[in-house]
Amino acid sequence: MTPTASSTASTAPGLGVLDDVVRSDSSLRRFLHGLPGVDQVGCEARAATLATRSVKTTSKAFAIDLAIRMVDLTTLEGQDTHGKVRALASKAMRPDPADPSCPPTAAVCVYPDMVATAKQTLGESGVHVAAVATAFPSGRAAMDIKLADTRDAVEAGADEIDMVIDRGAFLSGRYLDVYEEIVQVREACARPDGTSAHLKVIFETGELQTYDNVRRASWLAMMAGGHFIKTSTGKVQPAATLPVTLVMLEAVRDFREQTGRMVGVKPAGGIRSTKDAIKYLVMVNETCGEDWLDPDWFRFGASTLLNDLLMQRTKMTTGRYSGPDYFTLD
Amino acid sequence: MSRTFEYAPAPESRAIVDIKPSYGLFVNGEFVDGTGTSFKTVNPATEEVLAEVAEASEADVDNAVRAARRAYDRVWSRMPGAERAKYLYRIARIIQERGRELAVLESIDNGKPIREARDVDVPTVAAHFFYYAGWADKLKYAGYGTTPLGVAGQVIPWNFPLLMLAWKIAPALACGNTVVLKPAETTPLTALLFAEICQQADLPPGVVNIVTGAGDTGRAIVSHPDVDKVAFTGSTEVGKAIARAVAGSQKRVTLELGGKAANIVFDDAPIDQAVEGIVNGIFFNQGHVCCAGSRLLVQESVADEVMARLKRRMATLRVGDPLDKNTDVGAINSAEQLAKIRELSEVGEAEGAERWSAPCDLPANGYWFAPTVFTGVSQAHRIAREEIFGPVLSVLTFRTPAEAVEKANNTPFGLSAGVWTDKGSRILSMANRLRAGVVWANTFNKFDPTSPFGGYKESGYGREGGRHGLEAYLKGADQ
Repeated sequence: MTPTASSTASTAPGLGVLDDVVRSDSSLRRFLHGLPGVDQVGCEARAATLATRSVKTTSKAFAIDLAIRMVDLTTLEGQDTHGKVRALASKAMRPDPADPSCPPTAAVCVYPDMVATAKQTLGESGVHVAAVATAFPSGRAAMDIKLADTRDAVEAGADEIDMVIDRGAFLSGRYLDVYEEIVQVREACARPDGTSAHLKVIFETGELQTYDNVRRASWLAMMAGGHFIKTSTGKVQPAATLPVTLVMLEAVRDFREQTGRMVGVKPAGGIRSTKDAIKYLVMVNETCGEDWLDPDWFRFGASTLLNDLLMQRTKMTTGRYSGPDYFTLD
Repeated sequence: MSRTFEYAPAPESRAIVDIKPSYGLFVNGEFVDGTGTSFKTVNPATEEVLAEVAEASEADVDNAVRAARRAYDRVWSRMPGAERAKYLYRIARIIQERGRELAVLESIDNGKPIREARDVDVPTVAAHFFYYAGWADKLKYAGYGTTPLGVAGQVIPWNFPLLMLAWKIAPALACGNTVVLKPAETTPLTALLFAEICQQADLPPGVVNIVTGAGDTGRAIVSHPDVDKVAFTGSTEVGKAIARAVAGSQKRVTLELGGKAANIVFDDAPIDQAVEGIVNGIFFNQGHVCCAGSRLLVQESVADEVMARLKRRMATLRVGDPLDKNTDVGAINSAEQLAKIRELSEVGEAEGAERWSAPCDLPANGYWFAPTVFTGVSQAHRIAREEIFGPVLSVLTFRTPAEAVEKANNTPFGLSAGVWTDKGSRILSMANRLRAGVVWANTFNKFDPTSPFGGYKESGYGREGGRHGLEAYLKGADQ
């Protein structure tokens, strides 16, 4: 493997009993492969059962507002323009201009070159700017380029960095390389004033393929100090699914139990309807408990979801459905 | 608005079911009055009386058996299998069409959560009729001959009223037998709705007869001289009495009786799914399951972790109104059963096992028991040996696979078992050594019409489901 890796290993935040795990490639491998397996059939059955929960009336209203507050309103297109990002940022601050009681979203999520534009519009509104970095979405670039990408976004004012892991390294079993990369990106998130942008670690679960891999990647990212673990870029199918998110929720729950540290979860890609979003919230509620039912600890990476949430919200308050034409496209 | 994510009540509407104030017996295609004293069936979640139901006397049972005999001689046994299949397919489709009605009625009369009645019971019932409909014209390929037995007398329990009916009636009819079936006295309503479905399907009169009542009615069926076959699902005690009653006669018997299944969790198990499997194994249907995983055998090295996770999971179980779509655990079926569960739980404590119940608010009316787990249980404890038939789990530990097998098999029962491990070879070796009719690997309480089900030892004999299930209703290849 990479015998020199251990000598260059940067220090992760104190993990207590887990500190020894990341000393070498072999100890890290032993640990990750020693995690309890995930039974695919059972995991999918559990997610499907939770999806049958019926959330109505007051609890639905609660869930819709919570889901809006958890949205990372996203545009990650080659054709994005500064104008579109400004419009998106305005929408994030006031998703429903007709109803001032509608909460803002958690963040807008853009490419690094759009960070300054988004930041300018959002100002001190409290809505964060998240930037995808590290050669998103494939992650196929040299390390110094990934770090430069990250620093660039942070300097432009990003509050959060959504990085992608090197799936090639992960799938070939070079876990310590992945670990070190996350640690270095996290260090690149530091600002001159000593604060640091929050780091979300994207696994691209559609490429990791097995739930066992998702659980290992989750622990790897958490041990490396990621603040959030995120399913997908949205560019690979399948993106977020309920069972994949369930495995990640179990991981953050178990990680807190072992280390006392809380890590957030962000499913991204493919969550389009209020009904879907509520299924995720039910799963968070019954897997991790209400501590995670907060935009600081759970996010939805989505673009079209917000409009459906707004339509359902309007339906809850007025009793009538209005058409999609009454909600802005971006 | 509350700051926590409480689920507002989401009750399934009762409006879809039409419960009559009183019910008669279903004999020869018609509803008739019984001559015994009628009895009441109650909603166990509220203790509300749902209906008066006729009790079939010995004479009523005799009428039903005569009707079944006539239908057997004149119509059903002569009908080509392909024609019998059409009726079974029709019944299966009507069950699907009226699925919500059946699910709601089952939930009201039995106390089981609507989520299970809707997602497990009713779909499996329809699947059973579809499956055996497919066999009706292919019996000669099954290897048990093509000659039916005649009139089948069938007595079923209250835990899965409609599903047990399907397990009994579908193979009997597919093979060309006619039936007299007695549903349990606490849960007769879905069987009576099924009788209506038989009418709707134009099933020839007398092919299916439903007689309601308690033990005396059951005895009258079992001991009736013109019954050729007795099929029973229920307690081992009654099963033994039935075996004695038919001894020396020509009657064929299949018995599906009690269980005290071991659910065995090894240290390399997929632990989150194992916890789900433990929960599903013992709290599914309030633990009113003959094959429930009521003894958890967990490897000592992971016992603390499994127990911590299990308790955390149990605390999220939603106990309450069975008709609420978000309810996980419903009501205990009867006051009598509740008393038995309480008694055995008290014995468990008195014998020194440590009791823990999930924190939950139980409704004031109705029959309720919080999901409960006993740790520190040994093989000698009554709660490790006797079937509690309720949401009560006994936890034992083991160190080696040999010890797990020894403990799992050290019971007079042998209906089912579960094995949780990531190691395929261990699953196979355990399955070979466990003396149980069904061994589930990394899952529990999965039912499929294509899979045979039945017990070892005091869990009974005969198989239901699959090709094997046909054997119980055919004379055999050499007849």
